[in-house]
Amino acid sequence: MLRNPFFQVAMWTLGIGAALTVIVLNAGWLPAVASDEAGKIDTFYDILAVISCFIFGLVSAIMIVSVIHFRRRHGDMSDGEPIHGNSRLEVLWTSIPTALMVGAAVAGALLLHDIEEPQASTQTVRVQAQQFAWTFEYPQGFRANELHLVEGTPYYFKMNTGDVIHSFWVPEFRMKKDAVPGITTTVRVTPTRKGKYAVVCAELCGLGHSTMRAPVVVEDQQSFDRWAAQARKDQSTVGGQSEPSFK
Amino acid sequence: MADSVAVAAETHGSQQPSSPQRGGFKARMLAPGLLRAAWATVAMAAFAYGLVVGLRAIQGFPLFDSAPIVTAILLAAPMGFLVGIGGFDYWFKYMIGKPTEPEDHSGHGARSWRDYFRVNTDHKVIGIQYTVTSIFFLLVGGALAELVRAELAAPGQQIVSTDTFNGLFSVHASLMIFLVIIPVFAGLANYVIPLMIGAPDMAFPRLNALSYWLLPVAGIMMMASFLVPDSGSFSTGWTAYTPLSSNAPLGQQFFTIGVQFAGTSSIMTALNFLVTIITMRAPGMTFWRLPLLVWANFTTSLLVVIATPFVAGSQFLLLLDRALHANFFDVFQGGETLQYQHIFWFYSHPAVYIMVLPGFGIVSEIISAKSRKPIFGYRLMALSLLAILALGFTVWAHHMFVSGMFSWLRVPMMITTMLIAVPTGVKIFSWLATLWRGVLELSTPMLFCLGFITMFTLGGISGIMLAVIPIDIHVSDTYFVVAHLHYVLFGGSMFTIFAGIYYWFPKMTGRMFDERLGKIHFWLTFIGFNATFAPMHWVGLEGMPRRVADYAEQFAGWNLFISIAAFGLGLSTLVFIYNMIVSWKWGPPAPGNPWRAKTLEWQVSSPPPLFNFDEIPQVVGGPYEYGVPGAVHAVLNGEREKVPAGAGEAGGNGHNGSARQ
Repeated sequence: MLRNPFFQVAMWTLGIGAALTVIVLNAGWLPAVASDEAGKIDTFYDILAVISCFIFGLVSAIMIVSVIHFRRRHGDMSDGEPIHGNSRLEVLWTSIPTALMVGAAVAGALLLHDIEEPQASTQTVRVQAQQFAWTFEYPQGFRANELHLVEGTPYYFKMNTGDVIHSFWVPEFRMKKDAVPGITTTVRVTPTRKGKYAVVCAELCGLGHSTMRAPVVVEDQQSFDRWAAQARKDQSTVGGQSEPSFK
Repeated sequence: MADSVAVAAETHGSQQPSSPQRGGFKARMLAPGLLRAAWATVAMAAFAYGLVVGLRAIQGFPLFDSAPIVTAILLAAPMGFLVGIGGFDYWFKYMIGKPTEPEDHSGHGARSWRDYFRVNTDHKVIGIQYTVTSIFFLLVGGALAELVRAELAAPGQQIVSTDTFNGLFSVHASLMIFLVIIPVFAGLANYVIPLMIGAPDMAFPRLNALSYWLLPVAGIMMMASFLVPDSGSFSTGWTAYTPLSSNAPLGQQFFTIGVQFAGTSSIMTALNFLVTIITMRAPGMTFWRLPLLVWANFTTSLLVVIATPFVAGSQFLLLLDRALHANFFDVFQGGETLQYQHIFWFYSHPAVYIMVLPGFGIVSEIISAKSRKPIFGYRLMALSLLAILALGFTVWAHHMFVSGMFSWLRVPMMITTMLIAVPTGVKIFSWLATLWRGVLELSTPMLFCLGFITMFTLGGISGIMLAVIPIDIHVSDTYFVVAHLHYVLFGGSMFTIFAGIYYWFPKMTGRMFDERLGKIHFWLTFIGFNATFAPMHWVGLEGMPRRVADYAEQFAGWNLFISIAAFGLGLSTLVFIYNMIVSWKWGPPAPGNPWRAKTLEWQVSSPPPLFNFDEIPQVVGGPYEYGVPGAVHAVLNGEREKVPAGAGEAGGNGHNGSARQ
């Protein structure tokens, strides 16, 4: 039994798969979960990652056992068994991956639908990108270079750019969308965790690409209101920044 | 075809070593070669310069503007080079009605190293020219990558400015794609495929030579972009998205135009492969008896002729935007930004398969020969290539899930993308099943193949994650993508390239390489590769975007680790280079068939005779009949009598038992 190569493949598959699963699930490579969408995406990622660990485990197990068992001994000039194929096996390893892939694709499509579904009482923040800065225009009618969001409120970000393509990304929200010249793109996020994050530009936009960041603050309604009042005051005193809206 | 081979075989006997070009100064300047190429390049550059300045004078513009002048020179000077080197001589004579030179095969074969620096119509010489040129650019591209890693070893600015940094990774990617992976596969295939199908050469030897000489033009152009004063090299990535690239400084022109030359080279070679494979197979070599490397290059060539015109088109439109303000992509002038990405990826996703299918072919050859077993499920292996070809054209927009394109296209593209995993999985499982119960010889080419299977599986798995739109939204444009693409193109393509170079090195050079150094090279590469690229998955998931010269403090630890590993990986290449050079010069002479393989290229001497086969082979069975008692793939010179009566006829119908699964 223990020397049976098929049994060994099974053991290696389980061993490698389990070891990798432990690493993947405990490593904490994904950033903090700060939005409604992030949690759902992470769950999906975890499931896919665990399946992947075992698929990789299977591939490497077959290879390891082959190398151990079927390695050529010194001076052996013989040939292997002339097995040309096995239709049943080939049907199996075509149909099972097809089913897996279609299943994953359907699950992915449902998740996409879920995270993009319009929500009641959504706030719209307009985002203007330009080399190399972000400006945010709030529904309350003022602008700022910081993105302040109220915890638990669904937001629509409507994006424009004045020059080249940029990409609006807050890793903790897991959401991203390019800002493209000539069109308005949107992305929907519901922040759920108070804290300080950053908008990171994810599309190469020129010399200042790596510095094109803006602070994000997720807070409760009261601190948002306080900040908004202050920001509005700042804007009116600075002046010149009060053009009505983006084009 | 049989007649032409007979003629070739006759002339082979009376082959005269051609004397190097002698004669007076004038004769030497006018003879095709590097000398004529040098002055013709300068002459065409001067002509382009004069033309632009002259036209500007007529129009009353300020005379000297570097952008139009450089653009004209970039288009004209390569023509001078190609005419000078002799790429068009035959056709020019034909065109103007002069008597063409009768083919005396003096442009065939290499008698000294100098023959590799001439227009040569021998597919074996061209194959080596391609391969060596690609390895040269591999070293250049690798050096650029090391500079990228040196800059990224710590947050903040280390050694280069942001502008230079953007140029480094842009040129690195462009060279690795257009001057290394695509052409090195074309080079190996150039050498091996005519031999494998029992042909004396490629179908269009002169076109083949011209295809090769376009390559150095493209490569030198991309490298030369670093010399542009003030602007430096192109720095918008190899993707060159508009409008960033439309408004980029002059260096961008070197990419936009360089791609045209690399692309033309690819397309011409692909046509050549298609015609060669369709029309020049030896008698009895039916499609179901073709070695899988031939199948792989057949599929790749179809991909190239269909897809490559699109990248040429995208860059041509960009060139018109930049040079003539055509505004195809300028939204403020009625153009459309995302249109560029659609055209670009309609090539550049199939390009991924152009860059890996020939590798699949190489792996099939080596795994079968080194496991002493027939390829498991031969027909499904060939059909899965065609499935990848078809599906490959239906997935381009998965590069654009966050681009703001019309949103309904995303889900269909996700489904097709994930379905490509099915034919790819079929190939991986078939290779594994070929290993199973074989007699595995773990020599260098085999080690690289096994490394390929595991690493490419990882690349495929991260590819599936990227195909799932909600995950892609998070990780697109991050280091996760950088990790994925290197697992596919380095762990995938480069590993197969190393495997192929080691495998056919004895055939190409007539010498054996140092096996011990080969194994050291493999292990250093395998470990260095994983240490470099595996952590990139993690920093990407954690939130580090790609193409940044600077990054947040939280990624500092891993980036330092990655940089150190990358330097080790770079050094491992030196082992390879040393092994290749020393073995080529001093290695022990190689027998005709050191691997005891069945395919035709191993049935002739190493290196093969000038016209490959003294007599055209007769193919009578499948290419991988290891372990089948009495099975023969083909009969060569004089052995025909030994074949049992009827074997030849059975070979003609393509349905004999040997290829059946």
